[in-house]
Amino acid sequence: MTAPTPSPAPHSYVSPIPVRRAHLGDALASEWTKIRSLRSTMWTLGVMVLLMLGVGFGVALIVAAASEYPAENESALGMGFFGLLLGSICVMTLGVLTIASEYGTGMIRTTLTACPSRGRVLLAKAIVFFALVFTITTLTATVVAVAQVALVSGPEPTVDQWLRATVGAGLFLALTGLVSLAVGTLIRHSAGAITIMIGVMLMPLVAAMFMMAESLSGVRDWLLAYALPSQMIALYSSVPVEGASGPTGWDPVWIMLVLALGALGGAFAVLNSRDV
Amino acid sequence: MIEAIGLTKRYGAKTAVYNLSFQVRPGVVTGFLGPNGSGKSTTMRMILGLDRPTAGSVTIGGHPFPQLPNAPRQVGALLDAKAVHGGRSARNHLLSLAQLAGIPAQRVDEVLGVVGLQEVARQRSKGFSLGMGQRLGIAAALLGDPQVLLFDEPVNGLDPEGILWVRNLMRKLASEGRTVFVSSHLMSEMALTADHLIVIGRGQLLADMPVREFIAANSAGFARVRTPEGEPEQREKLTAALTEAGGQVLSEPDGALRVAGLPLPRISDLAHGADVRLWELSPHQASLEEAYMRLTQGAVDYRSTDDRLAHLQAPPQPGQPGYGQPPQPVIPEVPQQGWYAPPPPGQNPYASPQPSDTPKDAR
Repeated sequence: MTAPTPSPAPHSYVSPIPVRRAHLGDALASEWTKIRSLRSTMWTLGVMVLLMLGVGFGVALIVAAASEYPAENESALGMGFFGLLLGSICVMTLGVLTIASEYGTGMIRTTLTACPSRGRVLLAKAIVFFALVFTITTLTATVVAVAQVALVSGPEPTVDQWLRATVGAGLFLALTGLVSLAVGTLIRHSAGAITIMIGVMLMPLVAAMFMMAESLSGVRDWLLAYALPSQMIALYSSVPVEGASGPTGWDPVWIMLVLALGALGGAFAVLNSRDV
Repeated sequence: MIEAIGLTKRYGAKTAVYNLSFQVRPGVVTGFLGPNGSGKSTTMRMILGLDRPTAGSVTIGGHPFPQLPNAPRQVGALLDAKAVHGGRSARNHLLSLAQLAGIPAQRVDEVLGVVGLQEVARQRSKGFSLGMGQRLGIAAALLGDPQVLLFDEPVNGLDPEGILWVRNLMRKLASEGRTVFVSSHLMSEMALTADHLIVIGRGQLLADMPVREFIAANSAGFARVRTPEGEPEQREKLTAALTEAGGQVLSEPDGALRVAGLPLPRISDLAHGADVRLWELSPHQASLEEAYMRLTQGAVDYRSTDDRLAHLQAPPQPGQPGYGQPPQPVIPEVPQQGWYAPPPPGQNPYASPQPSDTPKDAR
């Protein structure tokens, strides 16, 4: 009684809506609709902009009120670091939420039913998120940088320094966000992934502080040079933070790019092999 | 057309679905029944390529779902009405899905109209009631105007008007030549909606047949016969005659007889032959619920027990009346009665009291 019997297929339904194959562009439009229709986006990015502007202007005003600029050979752009550090926490949160909230609500099943190509969904999320964060961070960082240079008298920054403090800062933050998005995909849990990302940001510095032993000095120096906040400082300054071994110039952006690509590659592999 | 062949899914040591083979054909509503935890949702997820089968395969129109060209235009599904981001408005939720599938945006407003959510389309779905959430889920399933539709518990939380609407919608979708696969716990609803049934228990196929056949195969229809009250000899005479003719006769608590194995006209003829008057001769078609209960009895994972509040009761003192041993439940031979015959005219206990010449004995 349970054997399936072949049946003459009756008339089958044909939809009057024209059928066309969906592509990455459709997924991008969809992800843009998703990210712009959530309040968490407004909150995280809004807070980030406010922090960067507030801290940037505040530091510039305080320094300008002081008699003279402390570091003679550094341009005023370096003060953008504080805002960038705080802004990175907001970006990490948004990066995790972009995907982990879909897992939290179960929306991911609906999404992957509407688009069985999981890689396309992840790629579209990454592109939309990157573009949004890069644009907003670069614009904000530019405003802050212009204000700081105008308010504080110091050596005139070079073109390369200008680029690093604006586009470089935007790229660095957006790439950090992509790492968070990948971690969110791997962990599938908002709170867990956000905690991990903040740990990744703070742990190296905290751990380095307790590495008093001489035998660990190599590890300590490496941690101090390559911790995320140190990389942000390096992005602004012309000399490496810890001796000559640390990243300089555009190095932090390249390091983050490699990290983001690696993390997204892992997320892609896991997403494709796992049950949703 | 959905076709599963030897579908098996294991989660660690637990086998959720085992060696499941079935076909869901277009043009009819196919019901998918099974007790809680029997693997219905797992099967649905495997059909949609969300979970990977441990063994076997399931195809839609000949392709596994992930390889289906234009999958969202061919298959629509409501898996879980809560699978939406509550912070997003109904319209934006549907718009993002439409964009993802390459469906024109005006279709979003069409399906919002179909499910009757236009008024709340711009509200965040967090505040939606269970029924509104179901409607939103159904809208998402209809978005691509697909040929194959899967609904997991679509009437959960809907009001009677909504249930009627879903029933008509399912039937309409099927009549347009689509494949409609619906799981539900509401047997009465399934009996009205589905044409074909696939029943699973503990992850294995129990039945795959039309509803009518399913009821006939899993429960016996019978006739209820009532002889004049107060004349037991008439009843005994009729019982003897019916038994002699090959019928199975069971006595019901209120004095009626339950006769199986004899058609109604034959019962009437036999009664006439035995010179017995009949007060009632009614056909009783078993319900889908009875048939389902009977079939899945052995396959229920989560069975409730009586809450006896044992720890709150003082231990019974010997020789003192009180709650003693609870009475052992009697397992009925026949399926539970689905309905009760209305009392004969004049004996309606809810009507205004009338002088009664035959005092009813207390039961």
